[in-house]
Amino acid sequence: MSKKFVERLGFLLLFSATVLVLLFLGVILFDIFSKGASVLSWKFLTQPPKQGMTEGGIFPAILGTFSVSLITVIFAVPLGMFAAIYLHEYTRPGRTTRLIRLAIRNLSGVPSIVYGLFGVVLFVQMFHLGTSILSAGLTLGLLTLPWTITACEEALKTVPKSYREGALALGATKWYAIRTNVLPYAVPGMLTGVILGLARAAGETAPILFTGAAFFLPHLPKSVMDQFMALPYHLYILSTQHHAIDKVRPIAYGTAMVLLGLILALSFSAIWVRSRYRQRMKG
Amino acid sequence: MERRNEMQMEVTLAESVSGESKETTLPDARKRRLKEKMIEKFFLLNGLLAIFVLGGIFVLLFLKAFPAFQEIGFSQFFGSAVWNPNSYSTPKYGILSLIVSTLMVTLGALALAVPLGVACAAYISEAASPRAKEILKPAIEILAAIPSVVVGFLGIVLVNPALARVFGISNGLNALNGSILLAIMSLPTIISLSEDALRAVPRSYKEASLALGANRWQTLARVSVPSALSGIIASIMLGMGRAIGETMTVLMATGNAPALTFNFLDAIQTMTATIAIELGEVPYNTPHYYALFVIGLVLFVMTFLVNLVSDLILQKYQEVER
Repeated sequence: MSKKFVERLGFLLLFSATVLVLLFLGVILFDIFSKGASVLSWKFLTQPPKQGMTEGGIFPAILGTFSVSLITVIFAVPLGMFAAIYLHEYTRPGRTTRLIRLAIRNLSGVPSIVYGLFGVVLFVQMFHLGTSILSAGLTLGLLTLPWTITACEEALKTVPKSYREGALALGATKWYAIRTNVLPYAVPGMLTGVILGLARAAGETAPILFTGAAFFLPHLPKSVMDQFMALPYHLYILSTQHHAIDKVRPIAYGTAMVLLGLILALSFSAIWVRSRYRQRMKG
Repeated sequence: MERRNEMQMEVTLAESVSGESKETTLPDARKRRLKEKMIEKFFLLNGLLAIFVLGGIFVLLFLKAFPAFQEIGFSQFFGSAVWNPNSYSTPKYGILSLIVSTLMVTLGALALAVPLGVACAAYISEAASPRAKEILKPAIEILAAIPSVVVGFLGIVLVNPALARVFGISNGLNALNGSILLAIMSLPTIISLSEDALRAVPRSYKEASLALGANRWQTLARVSVPSALSGIIASIMLGMGRAIGETMTVLMATGNAPALTFNFLDAIQTMTATIAIELGEVPYNTPHYYALFVIGLVLFVMTFLVNLVSDLILQKYQEVER
């Protein structure tokens, strides 16, 4: 075998591996969207499930996922932002900072089901919030915290040092400089990270299994203290727990498509915000 | 509390401005310094939150797992492979079979994902044109964004019948199915981090290799990959951590039969799936409930160690680079 032949063969293998990975993605998207599209309609999006979930739509699940995500954002974004401000603007190198960073990296590796266990003990039992939208939202908030911190810190990194120094040189206090000369420029970047975190939280199932998601509810939740139906949990039930799994398969595909569509829409809008923001920073 | 403090500051600030005497400027400056200190402390508290949460998770898991060690005994958990907590006569709480199941699907997933992921990363960093990169990188991001429950669903509707046909078995919900799905889920982590590691290899290394007459393949295989090896290993560890902790895909695709087996075509039940199935059904604060927290604790410690090792490798590697 000549060297040239080995080189050709090697790169051909790398290329085929890449094509295979793309093929996985293609198959996933094609299967969900082609089979989900057949049940998708205005009615499917706006009606509650009917006849033991074999007919009707998925509106309560859409609403539930939306409400829980809202709680998640309200809880996680300020905390994540403040932590990032500390880590990027105030911290000095040392043991505390190293420990915080280690904790953040390890938090992002904690399994989602473990967050679920933590949520049950802390929010449902100790704080007496019960199985509710609030408990589930707070649990997901903790889950997204490490991503939010990292994303906000990345955004702060893009603001040039001179912006801070300019304000400080004019006699501004540190906090005044951060508030007027750093945060306004970092917000679009933070927004990107927040949207991406939200997209991930919306698709999570394990943390909400025991903190508030319900199999089926005849009424829509009235407050954040009520249980809720959620898109990912609904998909899980329709594909494994339902008494007539084959009959509800089209509805399961429809649910999967709505969930995937929602998450891709969020991800693309985040990428869009990021690219516009980059152009503005350049110009 | 921070807000009230700020308001007080403003009031005293207004007073000092109207006071116009020289003496007021000194406490004024001191107060402003105090305010700045308070603000810094406030942000520090938020920074420390990550440590509190991580510590809180460990402490609460331990507190809830502890009664199980007392009532059921340490030896039963780690010395038995029989998990049958619902038995009326003598409930059994051996988690060995669950641990073996988790390790099986994780190793199976890595066996598929590591060669594929590293090859894909090598292609993106060394061979792909800029335009191809513009397609490949977002594609990997999209793959990472697909929720685990959707992957699990595809395990049921696509991989399940395919495996049943290929191996001539009645049911394709088994360890192999779970491994395939977990491989797909850990690919984005392995690809993007391995690619980062390969891109971080100094250009001068490659140029030196090429200048000595090595071709691009030899340079990749004998220079770039070995120099990026610690980063690649760290990415594999992170992918492994994700696979160990993944819940919905294995819950939906592996058949959930808690028996000790080493056959990839058997149905298995992982640690994560056990918690997911059973926690919703048990009353709070019963032995079974505590036993599930033992599983949670073991899971937490396993992923923590895997992540820590990957962290240490990465740090070592960054030090060497410097």
